[in-house]
Amino acid sequence: MTTTPGAGAPKLRVEDLEVTFDVGRGKKLHAVDGVSFHVDEGETLGLVGESGSGKSTTGMAVLRLTEPTAGRVHLGDTEVTGLRSRRMRPLRKRMQIVFQDPYSSLDPSMTIGQQLDEPLKVHTSLSKDERRARVDEALDTVKLSTRYTTRYPNEFSGGQRQRIAIARAMILDPELVVLDEPVSALDVSTQSQIVNLLLGIQEQARTSFLFIAHDLAVVRLVSDRTAVMYLGQLVETGPSARVYDAPAHPYTAALNSAIPIPDPDRQRTRDRIVLGGDQPSPLNPPSGCRFRTRCPFAMPVCAEEVPPQHPLEGGGYAACHLHTHGPELRGGSVLQLVEGGHLTTPLVSR
Amino acid sequence: MTTPAVTAPLLQVEDLTVQFPTPDGLITVVDHVSFTLDANRVLCIVGESGSGKSVTALSLVGLVQSRGGRVSAGSVKFRGTELVGQPEKALNRIRGRDIGFIFQEPMSSLNPAFTVGDQIAEVVRRHRRAGRKEAWARAVEMLDRVGIASAAQRAKDYPHRFSGGMRQRVMIALALACDPKLLIADEPTTALDVTIQARTLELLKTLQREQDMAVLFITHDLGVVADIADDVVVMYASQVVEHAPVRDLFRRPQHPYTAGLLAAMPQSALENGSPLVGIPGVVPQPHRLPSGCRFHPRCTHAQAGRCTSEPVELRRLDGGLVRCVRSEELRDPAPVPGAPAPIEGVAVQ
Ligand SMILES: Nc1ncnc2c1ncn2[C@@H]1O[C@H](COP(=O)(O)OP(=O)(O)OP(=O)(O)O)[C@@H](O)[C@H]1O
Ligand SMILES: Nc1ncnc2c1ncn2[C@@H]1O[C@H](COP(=O)(O)OP(=O)(O)O)[C@@H](O)[C@H]1O
Ligand code: SF4
Ligand code: SF4
Ligand SMILES: [Mg+2]
Ligand SMILES: [Mg+2]
Repeated sequence: MTTTPGAGAPKLRVEDLEVTFDVGRGKKLHAVDGVSFHVDEGETLGLVGESGSGKSTTGMAVLRLTEPTAGRVHLGDTEVTGLRSRRMRPLRKRMQIVFQDPYSSLDPSMTIGQQLDEPLKVHTSLSKDERRARVDEALDTVKLSTRYTTRYPNEFSGGQRQRIAIARAMILDPELVVLDEPVSALDVSTQSQIVNLLLGIQEQARTSFLFIAHDLAVVRLVSDRTAVMYLGQLVETGPSARVYDAPAHPYTAALNSAIPIPDPDRQRTRDRIVLGGDQPSPLNPPSGCRFRTRCPFAMPVCAEEVPPQHPLEGGGYAACHLHTHGPELRGGSVLQLVEGGHLTTPLVSR
Repeated sequence: MTTPAVTAPLLQVEDLTVQFPTPDGLITVVDHVSFTLDANRVLCIVGESGSGKSVTALSLVGLVQSRGGRVSAGSVKFRGTELVGQPEKALNRIRGRDIGFIFQEPMSSLNPAFTVGDQIAEVVRRHRRAGRKEAWARAVEMLDRVGIASAAQRAKDYPHRFSGGMRQRVMIALALACDPKLLIADEPTTALDVTIQARTLELLKTLQREQDMAVLFITHDLGVVADIADDVVVMYASQVVEHAPVRDLFRRPQHPYTAGLLAAMPQSALENGSPLVGIPGVVPQPHRLPSGCRFHPRCTHAQAGRCTSEPVELRRLDGGLVRCVRSEELRDPAPVPGAPAPIEGVAVQ
């Protein structure tokens, strides 16, 4: 790799990222509003949240496929933000993306072989034979037959197309790959195949991944650390196991509650948070804590003060007043409140 | 028309078979499917994409013809009345009034040119012969019931003004506006976020209890099944491969395919602390079905000969139905040292 930073320096560093869209009549929509995170070399960071929370926009802004309004993005030693477009080109080779919809992300008029060869032609000086070997190798990595190179995308199922998209993203041995909901459109069985494929690739490659999803269980399986996003901001971060087992933000607890347990008896009797209301518009976010309009634990302070990032044991933080006010969780799990009957609103159903 | 017997189940499907003409010849996409659904019960049909779930649902209420398909055999009795072969006019009366329907694609069933209130009111007027005012009031009431805030106001909005989750709730309001006795819901939550899915399922459960209706719910997600089903039909390659009460199905899946679907859930891997186990391969195309057991190319328990030569029949086993010749012997697998036994019943791998 060309720019090896000092040991321990993160591969991707995102600081105070903002993306604002002009939506007419002088109105501005803050899709991403002050987001900071890092991803180490060979590490996978999961980015989870509901539809419209700003996950894709974050991923696109990191790659500068959407122009950030403010903030800085570093890939290794290179500052991505502020590079002129001519200087962006060599960087494209180092950063790749896989999209959610396996049906629109591949070019229907090109064979699989041509689509995989394209980035090699543009970004490398490899000979034709060398390129063909790399294409075969890439198909091998995603467990597809090398016979498929002459076929067109419409001959493949959703799961196979997603494999091809992953092969295309990995073929230049990138330093960072953004995976934007790569399994959300797939069946459970196909999803499990792709998840296992990604786990295998993680073991071999030194690539860093930003894995975007709305399903906390999938994120838990695939990511080392997890960041939870709500209305353009990160509300909780930390090691995936801790975030999943002991969520320190009510929104994370709600995401956890939303995943059904594959046991009818336990699923139907467990205490859980079922979120009511709709996500407020990012054009007009609530004062104080943005989650307060749907939070079953909201207190008066939540409307007045923006919750600070409360640091958590084991790394990460939760931006919630519950840690210092009311039940004073002091970094503990919100699930103890769900199970302890602290709820005043009917958002928890038994 | 026959007089419905007093004891007839709400919905009785027998040997339902649906075929489509294709360039590869006539294909059978629903193959002798049978089940019954009693009043106030929730039956889930579960299976991977392409297993025949949607076509089964559509064919129950005469909606495959318009898509080029044909019910070539079998019977569908609703409250004792045969629906197969009924003229379109009669079916039209039943659809929307006695049987509510939620389709897989939410947008396709809402008309972008009319307000949601008008669309619901129109259905009420048509089926209930209600007056304009009464129908509009019912539309607002239904929108309120499915949790649309300021329903009276929002009823005047067009579909594109609603988020995906709200549109799905509008669809539910539309399907339930005439108090149907049966709701057929085809993957109503698949395209939604997990949070909106959880909320939609809670809503459906509440409405099902309040309105005394039966629900036929189609999904590929066994997590959803664990949440709402009373009984479960598992479909694979156009056929029923397992049919059981929900608790039995999860406690002891009898078919390797059911066990495979369970093991493929991220939640299963997380609960058991074991690696995620996928089902290899894909559902076969209807015109390229394997010999013998249709699942055998993907089944880790397949045995040459026994599983590959003769078609496997659906048979009774422990209060359910299963289409596998090895269920009993696979039930108590010899313990493998070090291997976790995630679920009782048919083991994976
Ligand atoms: N080009 C754009 N112009 C205006 N608003 C936009 C644009 N792109 C995104 N937004 C808005 O920004 C917010 C975040 O959108 P984004 O697509 O990043 O969400 P997401 O978390 O990826 O959601 P999903 O799960 O639906 O993919 C939303 O309110 C969205 O409507
Ligand atoms: N209009 C049609 N013409 C031909 N084949 C069809 C048609 N609709 C569905 N099929 C085929 O029938 C099978 C079952 O489809 P479907 O019921 O939609 O599956 P599921 O709902 O389980 O995903 C698939 O192989 C599908 O390709
Ligand atoms: S700060 Fe208040 S409203 Fe926000 S998540 Fe915490 S308790 Fe809920
Ligand atoms: S019959 Fe044989 S191949 Fe089919 S599911 Fe049973 S064990 Fe597997
Ligand atoms: Mg997105
Ligand atoms: Mg379907």
